Amino acid sequence: MIEAILNYEFLQNAFISGLIIGIIAPLLGVFIVVRRMSLIADALSHVTLAGIAGSLYLSQSFSALILLNPIYLGIVAAVSGSILIERLRRLYKHYEELAIPIIMSAGIGLTAIFISLASGFNTDLMSYLFGSVSAVSRQDLWIVICIAIVVIVFLSLFFKEMFVLAFDEEYANASGLPAKWIHFLFMLVVALVIAASMRIVGILLVSSLITLPVAASMRIAKGFKQTIIYSILFGEAAVILGLISAYYLNLAPGGTIVVTAILILLIVILVKKIVLNINAKERGAVK
Amino acid sequence: MSQTFIDIKNVSFQYEYTQVLKNISLKVEEGDFLAILGPNGSGKSTLLKLLLGLLKPMSGEVQLFGQSNETFRNREWIGYVSQKSNAFNSGFPATVEEVVKSGLTKKVGLFKKMPKDANVKVEEALTSVGMEHFRSRNIGQLSGGQQQRVFIARALISDPKILILDEPTVGIDHENVQSFYDMLAKLNEEQNKTIILVTHDVDTVSNRISHVACLNQTIHFHGFKKEFDTISQTQLDNWYGHSVRKIH
Repeated sequence: MIEAILNYEFLQNAFISGLIIGIIAPLLGVFIVVRRMSLIADALSHVTLAGIAGSLYLSQSFSALILLNPIYLGIVAAVSGSILIERLRRLYKHYEELAIPIIMSAGIGLTAIFISLASGFNTDLMSYLFGSVSAVSRQDLWIVICIAIVVIVFLSLFFKEMFVLAFDEEYANASGLPAKWIHFLFMLVVALVIAASMRIVGILLVSSLITLPVAASMRIAKGFKQTIIYSILFGEAAVILGLISAYYLNLAPGGTIVVTAILILLIVILVKKIVLNINAKERGAVK
Repeated sequence: MSQTFIDIKNVSFQYEYTQVLKNISLKVEEGDFLAILGPNGSGKSTLLKLLLGLLKPMSGEVQLFGQSNETFRNREWIGYVSQKSNAFNSGFPATVEEVVKSGLTKKVGLFKKMPKDANVKVEEALTSVGMEHFRSRNIGQLSGGQQQRVFIARALISDPKILILDEPTVGIDHENVQSFYDMLAKLNEEQNKTIILVTHDVDTVSNRISHVACLNQTIHFHGFKKEFDTISQTQLDNWYGHSVRKIH
């Protein structure tokens, strides 16, 4: 397989972007999960899909737009979606989660309309839904690299503020941190990561790469930094094993990556249980 | 002469049609250990939010260290310890060390890295609340009282002049409340921290406290603890209805 990667550009694109996403999705995922925003990632991915479908429709209808990479409109949709979610969350202060189904259904609704308007880009759309090893272009790879840089810059500038915000929002406000602004930037970065991840894992499974490695990591990590490190390790393992099996078994990588991530999660839960049992027995024996 | 740290001048506040605070005036001097006593709905959370600059008074003014609250920038002078129960989710994956260190965030400032001596400061802050042996534990594994101490350490690490605690003894076992107050009194005496705590429970107004303020929409009493002790139950009933019981 290494030989194939060296020989074929599309495999290089897929693998490099996969490795990058395997880092940035769980890295941001830790903040998303601890702030109980996992479902927002899901809602945003469906909005992104509306942008992609809209772009595919436009490029079909207007020949001038045929070369437009759908990822751009996807990014625009994701970013607008994240702004709208924030607006709605403030509007329905006591029912913040209402923003999620509203935005999610808007995304799916628009997608359905664009699909029926275009009535015929099913194969292309499939690769956006479930990911694809062969569809990642060099341009996609560059976009992923740019988004990764944005994520790294954002977190290295605001890591300590993001921690305070995630741990205790009231305290963040009381201590005079610009919590609103940082949260807003965070939502934009989340939108970018979702748009970046969709080429590999597919829109429907983006949120799994954001949440599953974190879920596994939280079972065993001690402290916040460790949670981040394990999340990235699990994310990378899922991407690498998932892409390899997708390539050899000719399956959609979204599926293989997510199933690998779930297997990792199950193994971690199981191992942790066994260790706890052994410890409990040892303690019992001492008594 | 000791300096006036907080000066609340004739402040009123209302939410839509409900008057919550009426003509409140209250001074807190350097070195005070003040308990603000008020039942639920007496406006104590609103008063705290006004102090922290999260709300603006409808009329009157709040001054901090001689400056108007609206222009006051040195927020790190005020260490705030919120009511533990609603402040964070106990499953949060962070160690005691990480939580305490995060108290430096505002002081260090945006775009700057934590200083090298941050770990020393963590150790000092944890020692002053008697939690130095819990440094690498996950915050969720501690008892309510221990978590409260960690949050006080988080406030102490930025070396504030005032500590403000919202219902600090909620979630602490009865037998540990005394040692909790001993620790606060030590901070007050040895480190000269001015302490304000807000509580609904007259029982927790311990003898370690120097001043008491009785709040129910307005300030009914503000004075030394020993003066407060002479107030009769009938008088308290007048202020609070029957929700505050004095135990002798």
